[in-house]
Amino acid sequence: MSGIINRISGPVAYVVNLENARMYDVVRVGTEQLVGEIIKLDHGKAIVQVYEDTTGVRPGEPVVNTDTQLSVLLGPGLLTSIYDGIQRPLDKIKEKSGDFIARGVNVEPLDTKKKWEFEPIMKKGADVHEGDILGTVDETSIIKHKVLVPIGIHGTIESISSGKFTVEETVAVVKTKEGKKEIQLSQRWPVRIPRPVKNKLPPNVPLITGQRVLDTLFPVAKGGTAAIPGPFGSGKTVAQQQLAKWSDAEIVVYVGCGERGNEMTEVLKEFPKLKDPKTGKPLMERTVLIANTSNMPVAAREASIYTGITIAEYYRDMGYNVALMADSTSRWAEALREISGRLEEMPGEEGYPAYLGRKVAEFYERAGRVNVMNGAIGSITAIGAVSPPGGDTSEPVSQNTLRVTRVFWALDASLANKRHFPSINWLTSYSLYTDDLKQWYQQNVNKEWIELYATSMELLQKEAEINEIVQLVGYDALPEKEKMVLDIAKVIREDYLQQSAYDDVDTYSSMNKQYLMLKSIMRLYEEERSAVDRGVPVERFQGIDAKVKIAKMKYTPEQNIEKYYEDLGRAIEEISGMTAEAK
Amino acid sequence: MSDVYYKTVKQVTSVLLFVEGVKDAGYNELVEVQLPDGRRVTGQVLDSRDGLAIVQSFGETRGVDIENTKVRFLGETMKLPVSEEMLGRVFDGVGRPRDGGQPVYSDTKLDITGSAINPASREEPSEFIQTGISTIDVMNTLVRGQKLPIFSGSGLPHNKLAAQIARQAKLRNSKEGFAVVFGGIGINSEEVNFFKKEFEESGALDNSVLFLNLSSEPSMERVILPRLALTTAEYLAYEKNMHVLVILTDMTNYCEALREISAAREEVPGRRGYPGYMYTDLSTIYERAGKIHGRQGSITQIPILTMPGDDITHPIPDLTGYITEGQVVLGRDLQRRGVYPNIDVLVCLSRLMNNGIGKGKTREDNRGVADQLFAAYARGKEVRSLIEIVGEEALSANDRKYLHFADMFESKYVNQDYYEDRNVDKSLDLGWELFSMLDKNDMKRLKDEFIQKYGQWDHKREQHSEEIAEMVAKAKPEEELENAKKPPAASAPAGKGKDKGKKDGARKH
Repeated sequence: MSGIINRISGPVAYVVNLENARMYDVVRVGTEQLVGEIIKLDHGKAIVQVYEDTTGVRPGEPVVNTDTQLSVLLGPGLLTSIYDGIQRPLDKIKEKSGDFIARGVNVEPLDTKKKWEFEPIMKKGADVHEGDILGTVDETSIIKHKVLVPIGIHGTIESISSGKFTVEETVAVVKTKEGKKEIQLSQRWPVRIPRPVKNKLPPNVPLITGQRVLDTLFPVAKGGTAAIPGPFGSGKTVAQQQLAKWSDAEIVVYVGCGERGNEMTEVLKEFPKLKDPKTGKPLMERTVLIANTSNMPVAAREASIYTGITIAEYYRDMGYNVALMADSTSRWAEALREISGRLEEMPGEEGYPAYLGRKVAEFYERAGRVNVMNGAIGSITAIGAVSPPGGDTSEPVSQNTLRVTRVFWALDASLANKRHFPSINWLTSYSLYTDDLKQWYQQNVNKEWIELYATSMELLQKEAEINEIVQLVGYDALPEKEKMVLDIAKVIREDYLQQSAYDDVDTYSSMNKQYLMLKSIMRLYEEERSAVDRGVPVERFQGIDAKVKIAKMKYTPEQNIEKYYEDLGRAIEEISGMTAEAK
Repeated sequence: MSDVYYKTVKQVTSVLLFVEGVKDAGYNELVEVQLPDGRRVTGQVLDSRDGLAIVQSFGETRGVDIENTKVRFLGETMKLPVSEEMLGRVFDGVGRPRDGGQPVYSDTKLDITGSAINPASREEPSEFIQTGISTIDVMNTLVRGQKLPIFSGSGLPHNKLAAQIARQAKLRNSKEGFAVVFGGIGINSEEVNFFKKEFEESGALDNSVLFLNLSSEPSMERVILPRLALTTAEYLAYEKNMHVLVILTDMTNYCEALREISAAREEVPGRRGYPGYMYTDLSTIYERAGKIHGRQGSITQIPILTMPGDDITHPIPDLTGYITEGQVVLGRDLQRRGVYPNIDVLVCLSRLMNNGIGKGKTREDNRGVADQLFAAYARGKEVRSLIEIVGEEALSANDRKYLHFADMFESKYVNQDYYEDRNVDKSLDLGWELFSMLDKNDMKRLKDEFIQKYGQWDHKREQHSEEIAEMVAKAKPEEELENAKKPPAASAPAGKGKDKGKKDGARKH
């Protein structure tokens, strides 16, 4: 028995006579069978948010309850895919409806015809629990897809087969108390429910991004949460894409939430061409893309974030380190606001619903470094871009995000205008993981790393203070020592923090290269400091060989970096020969 | 249902009609309202319930009454008949001819809301469009399929700039121009006359379609107009293989109309009273730019908006900037200095620039020249603001060079004639010429090989344009003077150092 539309207004439909209507059930709306979800029940009316354009839908049209919740299909084939907000593959939509997205298109999230080679690990008769690995499938040339016992299943393997299977075919049968359960390569999971884990672990391993300002000054831990707020044009999207390209996560889920169509196309075109610095394989082979551009239906934009994080959780459960980029969570919050407005809910700040803070917190809580159900360690690092109106982070979405995220990468329009990229402001940004990660850096990069980091941070702070004085008294009146601080801070800013995403070499810096670069700058600092003590005026350091070399260090390929570092070291030492008297 | 007239209008506001007894009006369905005096206006269903339809009228609701007004639901959404014969024609905000000609008859009728282009079908825009304007071509490159708005302020020459772009825009080394679809949203008759005259003079009118809604005409039409313009553009681009340039001016009026409807519906307002869905709504306009795999044509959009109070953080420019692929910003300060086009390059951006420049497209040195121009001009402007604190005498020789660079950049590079069509090579060379005012060693963004190839530091005086030659000449002796002074200055400890410090002044780090 189907329900009947009683009222339609934009993406919200009011439905009467819908049997078995439960919160968050997925329904099919109207004669075109548009996908919708029940978001409110009110005196016998079910209120549905529709994930597709509702133009032409009329009162009186039928609504069918599918009796399932909004869920994603998890299985091999997710990687390299590009989905819309409710996990419909965009290339399949294209095959069905052409270059423009039509409505009511019904396509399977995973290719149901493709056969995958399944290699069992478990044997017949073995006891298995939820989350255990039954076997593996080579999903791409770099990622082994682990086929997990679905959540809620405990029992004994009655049969398990090897060979080629589609995602729908049964590969194992488990005998449980409730009866026999057939297990396929794919399983469903409702997107709004976090997948369970055993316990959370402290975040003490950094996510290496190859971006100097991030790895050195404001690192994020694997399993951590980070926010990138910034006005338009400050380089948010480029920063997110750089993270998606170069971070050392094994799996990357990139959610383009309400963003530009051409940008998603750029990602689509570029990722298959880019090589992973570790494996040399195309980056696309570890990536899942979710693209709900700004002009695609707003309700599906709300869902896209959940679709993304659920897929991320699934790979985490296999024991992988997953990085999730959401660009931009503001668009998601705006979708919440739009739906809330249509429901005539009492608004909170700036028209956003009162539950915005809770929703944001719930989302970031799904990140973390954990023991998954089978005991292995996996992580989700969640990095959300925020697009505050006018760049003013006092607005609700930024504030609610900053309350729950532990890293804040503040993008700065004035830096962007000076073409200082990545335009991350070193004075206002912070990372609360610095202490957690100390040990890792000392053991894996260098003992003196923390010292180098602290000194460079200090110099940058000092520079800001001195600059305030300069505003009052002019540069001239500064003591030579302070001039020297400005000199070194400039080197840190221009030759270290600035990093070009478009330069083939500079786009990625290994930790070793970062260490050698920073070390060189600190050596320069030491030498200049003692030279100033000897009475050498700061202006004599202009254009010296050591500085020219430091400026070019970032463009030096990784394989030559050690040698370059040594040459540079000699140039720096020349400073020790400088005396108060000019030659 | 099209023959049923409802005479059950129960409530009327300036833009909305509440019609009772309607069972099944479709969302966004088109409505015809017949006024007692026989006038007809069209409208659209905004909210449909069993027994009530809320209709947004595109025309004035003046004269609507409760007793005699009749409403007919047309059973379809708003469609626009399109054909190639629209080229050279002028229409009003709902698609009626306003040039005295016949309405367009065509079997092809397109839904004006359009549908989203599947991101998987999009082709990355990468063909360089030469606008003949240096600051755009070299520093904020426009490519085919891009949406690049002009952020302006009241009284600034955005219309002139748009007209100049429309006149000059072409692919490099090609005469092939664009078909122009022009949407005038709530503009006044002088502006209309200006554009008409421009298009007539440049001969572009035959290749243009104009949709005009004057500021005196119903504001509700402004919500429809850009969609008509873009539907026409899509037809010409994707069915008729044309390259279409869409100019929409002024988007601020569009947003005002949107706010008016929202207020009439008593919706929960977002920032500054604009509806919370304005971002989504604007995206359904701006995202209709692009290129599609396997289709010949393209749609490039140049929306123009005036920033209320020159405030770039106002919701209209703010939301626009988050959707469009960059922005060209006009500055009042430059306007006062008499610079045309008064493009304030430091806050401008073209996100698709990198796809459209470089070898084979513009020139190999483009990226570096652009970055260096940005960096040097930024520094020059910093120095300019520094003078206010420390005075010009306290500047170092090097800082003074940057100061002069900023001046020359504005008057030689940004500034150009309304009819001056600079090709990109010339624009790039002009950049190199300006660089020769500065120290070669300071040019960190330029690759050595390009400095060798294009650098003009060694040029003789007569090879430079007059003013720059003068600048270069001025800068040099001073530098030499300083070098000459250096040894004694450095060898003498404290006292002399101070003296020399004055020259080196507030060297900004």
